[in-house]
Amino acid sequence: MASSTTISPQESTGVLALPRRVLAMQLPWIPLTIVIVLLVCSAFAPLLTPYDPGKTSILDSRTAPGETWEHPLGTDVLGRDVLTRMIYGARTAMFISVVALGFGAFVGSVLGLISGYRGGMLDVLIMRAADAALGFPTVLVAMIIVTILGAGIQNIILAVILTVWARFARMIRGDVLSIKELDFVTFAKIAGLSTPMIIVRHIFPNTVNTMMVVTSLLVGQVILLEASLSFLGLGLPPGAPAWGIMVSEGKDEILHVWWLSLFPGVAITVVVLAFNFFGDWLRDTLDPKLRRT
Amino acid sequence: MRRFIVARVVQAVITLLILSVAVFLSVKLTGDPAVYMLGPEQGRIEYEMMRKQLGLDRPIVVQYWDFLTDVLRADFGKSHFLERPAREVLFERFPATIQLAVAAFILAVAIGVPLGILSAVKRDTAFDNFGKLFATLGIATPNFWIAIMLILLFGAILGWLPTFGRGGIDHFILPAFVLGWSAMAGMVRLGRSSMLEVLDSEYVKFARIKGLRESLVVWKHALKNAVIPLLTFSGLTLAGLLNGSVAVEVVFAWPGIGRLMLQGIHTRDFPIVSATVMASGLFYIVSALLVDILYAYVNPRIRYE
Repeated sequence: MASSTTISPQESTGVLALPRRVLAMQLPWIPLTIVIVLLVCSAFAPLLTPYDPGKTSILDSRTAPGETWEHPLGTDVLGRDVLTRMIYGARTAMFISVVALGFGAFVGSVLGLISGYRGGMLDVLIMRAADAALGFPTVLVAMIIVTILGAGIQNIILAVILTVWARFARMIRGDVLSIKELDFVTFAKIAGLSTPMIIVRHIFPNTVNTMMVVTSLLVGQVILLEASLSFLGLGLPPGAPAWGIMVSEGKDEILHVWWLSLFPGVAITVVVLAFNFFGDWLRDTLDPKLRRT
Repeated sequence: MRRFIVARVVQAVITLLILSVAVFLSVKLTGDPAVYMLGPEQGRIEYEMMRKQLGLDRPIVVQYWDFLTDVLRADFGKSHFLERPAREVLFERFPATIQLAVAAFILAVAIGVPLGILSAVKRDTAFDNFGKLFATLGIATPNFWIAIMLILLFGAILGWLPTFGRGGIDHFILPAFVLGWSAMAGMVRLGRSSMLEVLDSEYVKFARIKGLRESLVVWKHALKNAVIPLLTFSGLTLAGLLNGSVAVEVVFAWPGIGRLMLQGIHTRDFPIVSATVMASGLFYIVSALLVDILYAYVNPRIRYE
């Protein structure tokens, strides 16, 4: 492969080398940009807008988008700036996704690792529990939780965890089943390492790719679920800056204040699309085994 | 095959039992009904009597057993909000949900399958791009938002279609389209990939080499085989539709069990909540069970996993 190892003079040195190499990586640029914009919005929400997402101002109410420069996307019935609420809505969506998927991935991975490595009755028990968790429609789970605990952000998170852990557990168990037959695990056993040590130091690092792929593919679903629950009034309290709530606030007067429902819905769609494309790319790049039709 | 069915049925029953425990506990954990039923002037003795009368002084396992046998007889108690037995309300609302789900299913199959198959046949054309776009949007767009946008367009601006309630066939169009929306996208995706796979297979190549007309190759030889995965997906979709209907029923003011369930939660009406949750859970789990069995029947490899 002489041709590929030949380094052309422009590429080898200089300030331009790094950006060019990054550009050559064929990253999914559009989805990546959207995800970065979303992360920036959620991290720096208060710095990006002069308004408070909850402060009402009746005098400014029902400003149509484009009417004034002060409110590019208009204001709602209570005079709150729509763009501001959307930026804070990004924060809500990301917070719920990160916390819920973080916990879900942790619980699911631990159970998947134990299930796959130990086998036996414990494995059967964990996998049957996973089947049961996957057998419930998520909205139903969320409704039961809300019936018990009442509406609130922690309950959306709980509902998401209860449904996503099983996906992590299943995928990671599958990985562990093949990894534990490999030579380095046998050597670790011969060397006298304890079981927790083998799992944590030798098996877990090999499942990280799967975990990342499953996570990225689930983000979109979690954002949609959060939006649906908020829309139904089962999530955050009314008036909170969440995209689902914003869509719901506009629905009763859709002809007069159409922008209230339109923009947050576009935001949900664009963000979910971006995460889905990004997840597909990550799966194809990190783990071609996971490719399915 | 028999072993597979038995195992799968046992699993479905266990899932249903877990659901019933969850519903039972949700009623238990949200408060003491004896306290609700007593007036402010009544004291300890009346409270104990009320507990005895309601059977709350017995062990929790016995109470659960009673709950379970009541559920099996479809007896969920009386709704304190609607002041009628929850069973009556459930049976009254169930047809509306089923009708909407069936209508959505028909629309999803009638639009999604041809779009997916044609997308594959006309690969890399403008039509295919449209199909792919539709398939991608379908899983990324929240159905309640699509519903509101369609109400804005067809109801408020154009005034072509009714946007709320149940009525004639025209009342079905918008809610059924929205409810079937993501299933439709799923069928486009699956129809496309399955048809592409078949078109690439050896026997299709052979049929072409044999000199058969292209239309005969595509519509007779390839289509038949491409439809098999779609069949099983359809079954699963129908189950999912019934449960995806909560938001759609709310937006279109459709008098089905999804809206009833939400209403029950907001008014803390437990007989209604347990009736609707148990009914839709039962429906979902049984449909998933039937689909799995059907799938194993069509695809023998599954049985031995």
